[in-house]
Amino acid sequence: MNIKLPQLRPGQRGIVQEIQGEGLTRRRMLDLGMVPGTLVEVVRRSPLGDPVAYQIRGAVIALRKDEASYINVTTC
Amino acid sequence: MDGSDLTLLNHRNSNEEPVIALAGNPNTGKSTLFNALTGLHQHTGNWPGKTVLHSRGHYVYQGINYTVVDLPGTYSLIANSIDEEVARDFICFQKPEVTVVVADATCLERNLNLVLQIMEITSQVILAVNLMDEARRKKITIDDKELQRRLGVPVVPMEARQGVGVSELKDTIAQVIDRRIVPHPRLVRYEPDIEDAIALLEPQIIRALGDGISARWLSLRILEGNLDIVKNFLPASLIKEAV
Amino acid sequence: MSHQTIKLDSLPLSIPKLERAPHTIADSIVRSIYWEAEKIAQASTSCAVEARINWDRKIDDILTSRLWGFPVMLLMLTGVLWLTISGANVPSELLATGLFWLHDRLLDLFIALNAPHWLTGFFVLGVFRSVAWVVSVMLPPMAIFFPLFTLLEDAGYLPRVAFNLDACFKKAGAHGKQALTMCMGLGCNAAGTISCRIIDSPRERLIATLTNNFVPCNGRFPTLIVLSSIFIGGTVAISWQGLSAALSVAAVMVLGVVITLLVSWLLSKTLLKGQPSSFALELPPYRKPKIGEVIIRSILDRTLFVLGRAVVIAAPAGGLVWVLANTSWGDTTTLAAIAGWLDGFARLMGLDGYILLAFILGLPANEIVLPTLIMSYLAEGALLELNSVAALHHLLVEQYGWTWLTAVCVMLFSLCHWPCGTTLYTIKKETNSWKWTGMAFLLPTLVGIFLCMAVTFVVGL
Ligand SMILES: Nc1nc2c(ncn2[C@@H]2O[C@H](COP(=O)(O)OP(=O)(O)OP(=O)(O)O)[C@@H](O)[C@H]2O)c(=O)[nH]1
Ligand SMILES: [Mg+2]
Repeated sequence: MNIKLPQLRPGQRGIVQEIQGEGLTRRRMLDLGMVPGTLVEVVRRSPLGDPVAYQIRGAVIALRKDEASYINVTTC
Repeated sequence: MDGSDLTLLNHRNSNEEPVIALAGNPNTGKSTLFNALTGLHQHTGNWPGKTVLHSRGHYVYQGINYTVVDLPGTYSLIANSIDEEVARDFICFQKPEVTVVVADATCLERNLNLVLQIMEITSQVILAVNLMDEARRKKITIDDKELQRRLGVPVVPMEARQGVGVSELKDTIAQVIDRRIVPHPRLVRYEPDIEDAIALLEPQIIRALGDGISARWLSLRILEGNLDIVKNFLPASLIKEAV
Repeated sequence: MSHQTIKLDSLPLSIPKLERAPHTIADSIVRSIYWEAEKIAQASTSCAVEARINWDRKIDDILTSRLWGFPVMLLMLTGVLWLTISGANVPSELLATGLFWLHDRLLDLFIALNAPHWLTGFFVLGVFRSVAWVVSVMLPPMAIFFPLFTLLEDAGYLPRVAFNLDACFKKAGAHGKQALTMCMGLGCNAAGTISCRIIDSPRERLIATLTNNFVPCNGRFPTLIVLSSIFIGGTVAISWQGLSAALSVAAVMVLGVVITLLVSWLLSKTLLKGQPSSFALELPPYRKPKIGEVIIRSILDRTLFVLGRAVVIAAPAGGLVWVLANTSWGDTTTLAAIAGWLDGFARLMGLDGYILLAFILGLPANEIVLPTLIMSYLAEGALLELNSVAALHHLLVEQYGWTWLTAVCVMLFSLCHWPCGTTLYTIKKETNSWKWTGMAFLLPTLVGIFLCMAVTFVVGL
């Protein structure tokens, strides 16, 4: 099932399908390891709900909902 | 100690001390390694972004003076923020004799992303795989010989905070500088159409700019439409020469 | 393959045009690199898979939880301040006793040598005394707080603070990493200003720069600590004094955070309009700090730093105060004349002329504000000897009519006034603009004046 990354709940995993958007934000995502085929796990939400921490290629990285929405994943 | 003055970047210190740059992802222990090498006390801290300026130090190994430069951490060479720009500009313009890329042994894969990028700019690369103690605790083992074979550059496992591996690193640096070890980085092969385009661009860039700057790296940036960055990369002197 | 010729400045290149859009080329390049990285990493690393307890996650379950995230931050802040306050008492008294004993011996020596009055006055009553005050009152809290803070930093707590607070900064149109720059500002606002470089977007970086001063730096919160110990700690039972002082300093710091958020919000609605940019923050694993090393290193660093500043800035300031207090202007001393001139405005803010003057003289370094104030009070007042913090209460309350309101206003103005000289210089260097440096000066000053006046007005009703 193809959904946006922020729709995953803590504990769920997904595989990156594509990254939307352009420019530096997109570039930043790629540099952080969000390339298609990457396994992403939702680690936790911050106390106020946003940002959310994701486990990506061995590191835990917090992203705001706005940026994470650019990333499409399939659940697994 | 102060590195905020970017204009300094274009004038290499005139004495002949080899310059060693410490680059790498944020929070991998570059400043800790810098302190271990130089005996100085640069601030370290367990969060990405602690170092934002580059700072210099010195050490002597087997009678030779070395200058070490601690750089801010960066995820890639396409810099977004000023601190990352400091790191990128140093590696690209200052052409240190050796760039030591400090990597986190517990997530080697994401660190190799930067290693592979830096290898495209310079072949004088040594990979210091730091935080081996943490990797051990997480039951991760690293075959440094295999890593070295696949990358084509020397690999030194380290625990910078405990000082483990520091003398091995100094020795490797010395060997790379006097060419007892010659790194042959194994560069990433891109998709065929991109490689074809690089093959067309590279000679043009070398013709125009000489081989002082990595033509392959510049070709890639031009192909992906990153012209702003390319302009950053042409120091005024080079542009004039090209006219 | 078709070709396109572009001119890169003066560099003619014929660039091959690929069949796909540039951004898909970028993607393909990054992907190839990551694939390669993956291949190499897989071939050279192996991980013994076993069910291990992931301590980092367990700790984060508490430190960043919905329920406990914020309370723990407050607890840490209060705890660190409480340790600082209770730990600083004894060394403070010891240093004061020692230094003022030396002060008296120096006086004896100068008298025995028949030194002229002005020489004794300038060097002993001016220079030495102010250095003694800075060292005995300001040094101990700084030398205790800083190592504790460094321990938290080395353990990896700071990124969690940024993670917890990011939603607030986003609401304010600012960047979550601003929280990190504020933490650095706690040590020194100049360092905080430089650390703003970690923020990508120029707009958000400027917001962080302009508001960094709302975090009381290490040179300011000993002032907060001393005042709240005297005026707020003093009102409760002995055993609760340290804690209540810690709570009130913590309250001032939280107020600083609230003001930071409000001002950031205001800036992003007016001068620095714009949308929040992207935010990505790595949360590193927790690490056990090398406790002994951290403590020794940071005490040493702080002590040298404070002593250095004491010599370079407090000493001349002390000399200056003595000169002002011992030259006449009309029928009073120069000091009294200037203070009198400032007094009218200062009263509106719940302060007095001497206090405002001390803040002005403290422009080079915040550490000297309180010492300068004590010096000028002493120079003018009947009380000649003051050699303990306890006697300070007497000086302020009995002789100069301080009330708790005065103390609150001084604390507020200490939190919100112009950045110190070093910080201003750094802001100028980082922003490369006089306009923004001016803003960085005005913004906290106006907020401080407004706050003090508002509090004074409301209490006066
Ligand atoms: N366990 C362990 N910790 C280490 C080692 N080397 C460094 N550290 C810790 O890792 C953290 C980061 O170290 P730094 O030297 O500040 O890292 P950096 O690469 O300079 O970080 P940035 O300047 O933010 O890019 C610190 O808390 C160090 O104490 C090591 O070999 N083992
Ligand atoms: Mg560093």
